[in-house]
Amino acid sequence: MRNHKPVYIVDMSRTPFIKAEQGPGAFSASDLAVAACRPMLLRQSFLPTELGEVITGCMMPSSEEANISRVISLRIGCGKEVPAYTVQRNCASGMQALDCAMKDIQLERHDLVLAGGVDAMSRAPLLFNSGMTAWFSRFASSKNVAQKLKTLLQFRPQFLAPEIALLKGLTDHTVRMSMGQTAEEVAYRYQISREAMDAYALQSHMRAMQAQKNKSLTNIVPLINPSNGNVIAIDNGVRADSSLERLAKLKPFFDKPFGAVTAGNSSQITDGAAYMLLASEAAVKRLNLPVRAKIVDVAWVGLAPEVMGLGPAVAIQKLMQQQNCELNSIDYWEMNEAFAAQVLGCLSMLSQEGQVQAPTQNSSIPQDKLNIYGGAIALGHPVGASGVRIVMQLINALENNNAKRGVATLCIGGGQGGAMLIERVSGEIV
Amino acid sequence: MNLQHWRYEIDAHKIAWATFDKVDSSVNTLDYATLKELANIIDTAEYSPEVVGLVIQSGKKSGFIAGADITQFQHCKNPEEGLKLVLYGQEVFACLEKMEKPSLALIEGACMGGGFELALACRYRIACDSESTLMGLPEIKLGIHPGWGGSIRLPRLIGAFQALPLILSGKGLSAYQAGVLHVVDYVLPKRECENAARDIILKGLALASFPHRLISSLYRMSNMTGVRMLIANFIRKQIAKKTVMQHYPALEALISQWQKHGVSEDAYANEAASLVSLFPTETSQNLIRLFFLQTRMKSGAKASILINHVHVIGAGTMGGDIAAWCALNGIKVTLQDRGESYIAPAILRAKILFEKKLKLKHLVMAANDRLIPDVKGDGMRHADVIIEAIYENLVAKQEILKQMEQHAKPSAIFATNTSSIMLDAMNTALSDPSRLVGIHFFNPVAMMQLVEVVCGEKTSDAVIAQAMTFVKQIKRLPLKVKSRPGFLVNRILMPYLMESVKLVEEGVPMERIDQAAVQFGMPMGPIELADTVGLDICLSVAKELTEHFGGEIPKALLDKVDQKQLGKKTAKGFYTYHRGKKQTQRIDCVVSICIEDIADRLIYRMLNESARCLSEGIVEDADMLDAGMVFGTGFAPFRGGPMQYIKTVGIEQIRARFKALQEQYGKRFETDDHFINAIS
Repeated sequence: MRNHKPVYIVDMSRTPFIKAEQGPGAFSASDLAVAACRPMLLRQSFLPTELGEVITGCMMPSSEEANISRVISLRIGCGKEVPAYTVQRNCASGMQALDCAMKDIQLERHDLVLAGGVDAMSRAPLLFNSGMTAWFSRFASSKNVAQKLKTLLQFRPQFLAPEIALLKGLTDHTVRMSMGQTAEEVAYRYQISREAMDAYALQSHMRAMQAQKNKSLTNIVPLINPSNGNVIAIDNGVRADSSLERLAKLKPFFDKPFGAVTAGNSSQITDGAAYMLLASEAAVKRLNLPVRAKIVDVAWVGLAPEVMGLGPAVAIQKLMQQQNCELNSIDYWEMNEAFAAQVLGCLSMLSQEGQVQAPTQNSSIPQDKLNIYGGAIALGHPVGASGVRIVMQLINALENNNAKRGVATLCIGGGQGGAMLIERVSGEIV
Repeated sequence: MNLQHWRYEIDAHKIAWATFDKVDSSVNTLDYATLKELANIIDTAEYSPEVVGLVIQSGKKSGFIAGADITQFQHCKNPEEGLKLVLYGQEVFACLEKMEKPSLALIEGACMGGGFELALACRYRIACDSESTLMGLPEIKLGIHPGWGGSIRLPRLIGAFQALPLILSGKGLSAYQAGVLHVVDYVLPKRECENAARDIILKGLALASFPHRLISSLYRMSNMTGVRMLIANFIRKQIAKKTVMQHYPALEALISQWQKHGVSEDAYANEAASLVSLFPTETSQNLIRLFFLQTRMKSGAKASILINHVHVIGAGTMGGDIAAWCALNGIKVTLQDRGESYIAPAILRAKILFEKKLKLKHLVMAANDRLIPDVKGDGMRHADVIIEAIYENLVAKQEILKQMEQHAKPSAIFATNTSSIMLDAMNTALSDPSRLVGIHFFNPVAMMQLVEVVCGEKTSDAVIAQAMTFVKQIKRLPLKVKSRPGFLVNRILMPYLMESVKLVEEGVPMERIDQAAVQFGMPMGPIELADTVGLDICLSVAKELTEHFGGEIPKALLDKVDQKQLGKKTAKGFYTYHRGKKQTQRIDCVVSICIEDIADRLIYRMLNESARCLSEGIVEDADMLDAGMVFGTGFAPFRGGPMQYIKTVGIEQIRARFKALQEQYGKRFETDDHFINAIS
């Protein structure tokens, strides 16, 4: 069992996850991060200027948000002297930010770090294609009117066809598969049926709805839309009207027309931000900080990009090896629901025989310990933020059930998996 | 050259740099001595073969040139002396304009009035893009108009359509706005200013690189003879919509001057003569007095503190707008209310305010980021000032005071925006009652310059001083008042509003009542004002006041509130409103009372109450009372305030009128001994 200096989760905060409607959402990525961080910093006994570093995971910052972490740190009043960096590991960018914060604290570079993730998926831009770009630069470098006219004549209508950054980003170009297609591949390999996927998706919505009703999730900051004064208080992708019949009606989205992965059994395109305050033991004692949990260990793995959805299973195995423990020693699990197919695939892979099984039986991760408050299928998947959101939700699960150990894990486009072991700490740190 | 106020240096490129740094003064102002030295500099630069051009800049951190020295004009013994000074300034600026060598004004910070006229006489202008840069011709706010060629050179530079509204409103332009209007040739960051000045002096401006000078030559056609009458009449109509022009003779003087002479050479002599004739007018004297009273109000704020964080409790109209105003002025603000949905309207209004005032996207974003919704009240523990702006209820307010004492930093100032609850009733909830001070804003916060700093019996002097300084920091005028019902402004305003309701009861058409007040010089009639403030609020203040000071509340007001017709906010009060716009009715009944009598009944109620406040020592003196009424209610500024109005009309005449009013309308126009003491 590996032992590190403990890193404590002192506080956490996130925005509601806002489902992308038509067109760009009301908030930019940094707007969301500011909304999540300001109230959390406000309730601390220390000032934002006392932070050592601000780390953000973000996959799709706007063109005005280069090193978005720095933009955020300045906007939330950390002042010019607090450094900030941005990290990317696709869907695990937020978890990567937590990992980086943990390393920075363990290396004693800082003892107080703000780390989290954000993405405004609805604001992913349309890009000019390469034909248009080349034509533009030719036009700009044309020196005189004759040259300009000549370039003008070279314009072709197909230059106007935009590239959709969101779709490009959700495609693995090394294997020429969209993320949904990798889920189809996992479903094929583990023989996961459309019905099983839809049933899992429905369960996600039901659990999320129940969690909203019971107020099981804490630290969600209502957002005020400054252009119309509307208040968004809860994750609005959760569907009360979801049913197996409705889900069954949806057409396959990625492998058309014969596939099984639909928009209904995949995670939603969503905007959101989630942040945590991490501290060393020294900082906790010095500032007398309350502590909610500690990060025990993290594991990262790689696997074939075509089945990236199995990443959590591989990462969990590595984490268990690192910690020399068994699956049943973990009280609660959060596995990001990129696709129902991929979650079910992981469960099958982890079950001892590795054979085709109905997911609820003989699985080594019991369903009633996994994603008990619903997941990205209901709540949505702002890529940068999800890695932090699942850790937050895990802490809620542990706290609400007075349990101790939990694992948050996710699959990562490009063929990786990540898993983080959390332990709840109650009472004083000695 | 023997220079006291200027430095004159010639650099390696043979450019003469004239740096204005007036001795024994924190700001640069133009007077005879400084102009004389400037004339000397212009002469030397023009005729010295060692010099290729002249750059004029400021050696003061406070800005470029604040304007002409007003006191110098005040000290003139007769109009001839004043005229001489005006003509001398014109002559110096004419020399500057006619220089064969290029001249350039390098503007950073305030460049107002005479200073701006100097810059306009230069061939080129560069504005530094710092936040403090502000240029304009504010003379109209002093009841006069520019006299050193500003009213000619500005329309000539950017055309009458742009220039005249600027001069007639006295508005200042930020560097950014000056660039948009092409008042300056370049708006540059400080690091580029000197190099740019040097470059322009040495190379001049290629016309091609300066398309705006071509464009503005089109605008300049607005100064042509045939067009002028049309434009002048158009502008007259525009102004008449908002102002009674007779009250401000400088407006008509300026427009007709331009209409007659345009931007020709003979306009200068006319400008000077017209200006000198405006100086002795009552309007100008009163406005200049108010200008100096503003300085006096600001000078009362002496505590050396800097507020970084304000916590506002209550996100209603007042609380929300106070929070937005503080955030606009660079302070971090946490805004607390029961839930996000109560705070959301304030955030929405704030965003509109920021966009209107700050214009640039990054500044608007920073202001939005400074204003933090705070449902849990976590900001309280960090705040330097905590302002309570919840509904008017003693128990609820005391509960909040207790929370403040429990959570706030020991150095934090506790403030209440109450308009009707006495501080000495409230502060009993505190273990240290000396910490509570009233910081009473007026609606709309972004428009009303006055803030009453209300002192209870127990409020400590240190806290008062800190509150005054805070008010100054957010660019408002602090007025120290005693905590008596209504404080100063509402107390004086209320009899005026009650009298207007009484007139309504008597059957006088509302339009006529409002018209009488507006003609007197009030920015808005009393009935419309009551509707705007909200009749419920008026009633609660009126009740509070009658309880303490006697008098009666007109039945019409009680009825309106009973019927839930509360004014603009309910779309019906005394008037009916459609989408926030007043629906006017034609007056068709015969009115027995003449408009002067209506005005007198309204105004004399105010005068009486003013005198009472003065004798009770609610404010320091008559000057501060006048300033309070002008900056807190918009009381006819050209009349100088209620006490000044009494002085102008004459005490004997005022008393005679009171007597007549008392005989006709009864006891409420009775003047007691206090009145005589206060005004004599």
